[in-house]
Amino acid sequence: MQNQIGAQKGFSLSDPRVRAWLFQIVTVAFVVGLGWYLYHNTQTNLQHRGITSGFDFLERSAGFGIAQHLIPYVESDSYARVFVIGLLNTLLVTFIGIILATLLGFIVGVARLSPNWMINKLATVYVETFRNIPPLLQILFWYFAVFLTLPGPRGSINIDDMFFISNRGLNMPGASMADGFWPFVAAVLLAIVAVVLMVRHANKRFDETGEPFHKFWVGLLLLLGIPGVCALLFGSPVHWEVPQLKGFNFVGGWVLIPELLALTLALTIYTAAFIAEIVRSGIRSVSHGQTEAARSLGLREGPTLRKVIIPQALRVIIPPLTSQYLNLAKNSSLAAGIGYPEMVSLFAGTVLNQTGQAIEVIAITMSVYLAISISISLLMNWYNKRIALIER
Amino acid sequence: MKMLKTTLAVLTAAAALGATSFAQAGATLDAVKKKGFVQCGVSDGLPGFSVPDAKGNIVGIDADVCRAVAAAVFGDATKVKFSQLNAKERFTALQSGEVDVLSRNTTWTSSRDAGMGLVFAGVTYYDGIGFLVNKKLGVSSAKELDGATVCIQAGTTTELNVSDYFRANGLKYTPITFDTSDESAKSLESGRCDVLTSDKSQLYAQRSKLAAPTEYVVLPETISKEPLGPVVRKGDEEWFSIVKWTLFAMLNAEEAGITSKNVEEQAKSGKNPDNARLLGTDGEYGKDLKLPKDWVVQIVKQVGNYGEVFEKNLGKSTPLQIDRGLNALWNNGGIQYAPPVR
Repeated sequence: MQNQIGAQKGFSLSDPRVRAWLFQIVTVAFVVGLGWYLYHNTQTNLQHRGITSGFDFLERSAGFGIAQHLIPYVESDSYARVFVIGLLNTLLVTFIGIILATLLGFIVGVARLSPNWMINKLATVYVETFRNIPPLLQILFWYFAVFLTLPGPRGSINIDDMFFISNRGLNMPGASMADGFWPFVAAVLLAIVAVVLMVRHANKRFDETGEPFHKFWVGLLLLLGIPGVCALLFGSPVHWEVPQLKGFNFVGGWVLIPELLALTLALTIYTAAFIAEIVRSGIRSVSHGQTEAARSLGLREGPTLRKVIIPQALRVIIPPLTSQYLNLAKNSSLAAGIGYPEMVSLFAGTVLNQTGQAIEVIAITMSVYLAISISISLLMNWYNKRIALIER
Repeated sequence: MKMLKTTLAVLTAAAALGATSFAQAGATLDAVKKKGFVQCGVSDGLPGFSVPDAKGNIVGIDADVCRAVAAAVFGDATKVKFSQLNAKERFTALQSGEVDVLSRNTTWTSSRDAGMGLVFAGVTYYDGIGFLVNKKLGVSSAKELDGATVCIQAGTTTELNVSDYFRANGLKYTPITFDTSDESAKSLESGRCDVLTSDKSQLYAQRSKLAAPTEYVVLPETISKEPLGPVVRKGDEEWFSIVKWTLFAMLNAEEAGITSKNVEEQAKSGKNPDNARLLGTDGEYGKDLKLPKDWVVQIVKQVGNYGEVFEKNLGKSTPLQIDRGLNALWNNGGIQYAPPVR
């Protein structure tokens, strides 16, 4: 109706639809023009000063060594490979950090609500201490005051002659593929499929008949049993190689460098303090009536928390939890302070310095962090939607 | 109306952003003269090269080169301001115009001289990469370092040269990189790494800062060429010539035996024609460089000749005690050679 009243034949500026289109076209043209102008300006200036630009540098050979690389790397590999290695190292810290911080955060958060005075106060002290110290200082503390004060490799702490703890890191037996490896992988996949089918069947049976099923124990049996039988049939899937002290360092086996340990530990403890508060507020947000109702049904503390309170509290917990995960991913860039070879220290540090192409390198680094953060948010938003309470 | 206001605001912001003011090529000298001082990029603390002293003034051979440039341009060596830069930001600071000259123990390589829009104006110090180890390891040569953990400063030519050396000799190593040289030295002390590697001058400087310097020894091998010198932006020939010839003037003064003590009387006497040309008593060589006539006199009087500057910052009277070695004059067993002023 409104459109019909104001509609006039032909083009007229007093028509609200025409004005809307006009403004939008002008804005789009302006934004595109601005973007093109900035890009063109930067290119001209770079050329004027003789600074090379473009992404060809990614194919050049790197020429330097890296302390920790999850994929095979030699010094003659390209900068692009260095970028991938840095990215994998960042993702490694982020992934492990998120899992450990969530676990620790949930435990501490619930502990703060405990009626036991000692546990309550300990959790409070933990949260207040680690929330209020800047993360870089915590990382430096763990690295310089804890890990570097461990004895050198010749005086390392020896566990069973298999694990060695020194200031060069945690040296452990390394696994390498043996004959039984691929059958083992197939068996693990088979076990996972079996567990999923079993859970579905058990849930269906419970919905129909109300008979409970020991999902957890049967699932565990399947996960351990099927690969175990496979290992017996086809032989061990891995060879173990024990680290040996030769000359300066340990040779053989795997090593967790102290930089990785310090970074993961510091980030976990720091982020867990925040997550604990988020969990506590989430649990407090569930009305006390729920606990009372659960009690009157005869449920004890544990099942009440697990089956009644936390599923409802998750609605409140998930959004700020997402922010904390993003913070952890971004705080991993503080690793440059202790020499852990992740993206910022490797790519935006060494590669930037050697090629001098600051704009391209920083643009790539920023895009990657953006991509990581957006992926985490997408995942968490999907989970949030899935567990949302459907209100009528 | 509100739409118009917001559009206008965005337009002005864009115009401000888009107008990147990049220094016109050839205009550094004018900008410096207008500012009234030289903005000099130095390191974040390397004894002997550029380090704050007890009062907070930056001292060192790199800092003195900048002071010499200021003395040449303004007649006053104090007209210089220092920016302390780490290895990551040094080139972008110069490229963007934040500093006028970078005098930061930077190695002269082809990729830096050609692909970054920068040019090197000379060599302040001929250096090479070496290794610093604890005497307890019982190592007497770099070839015995197979399997060692090596502390390196990130993004420097050291990383590349050390990697090449170990590869060429079939040795394995684990690199640990740090942002600043201080952090790498701390890790050597704590035992995180077996070896500290850097330019030999830096090794001597870092060793002097350790808790027990006599426990550490610099291994005899020098595994690469590291000519360290001042850097300026490309496309600015005037400024480039000024910095280049400032360094040459200091070398020429030492060659001619002109020191900060006798430069005034040498300038007045005018007996030696070479010295007369150098010190401005004869000819208009300062004018060619767009500098005042007595530019060399001011440099030598206020800062010193190359030998004096070397001795003051790196010589026998300092904790570093570095020999002139390669940095002696060409007629004295070294390779420092300056073209004549005439």
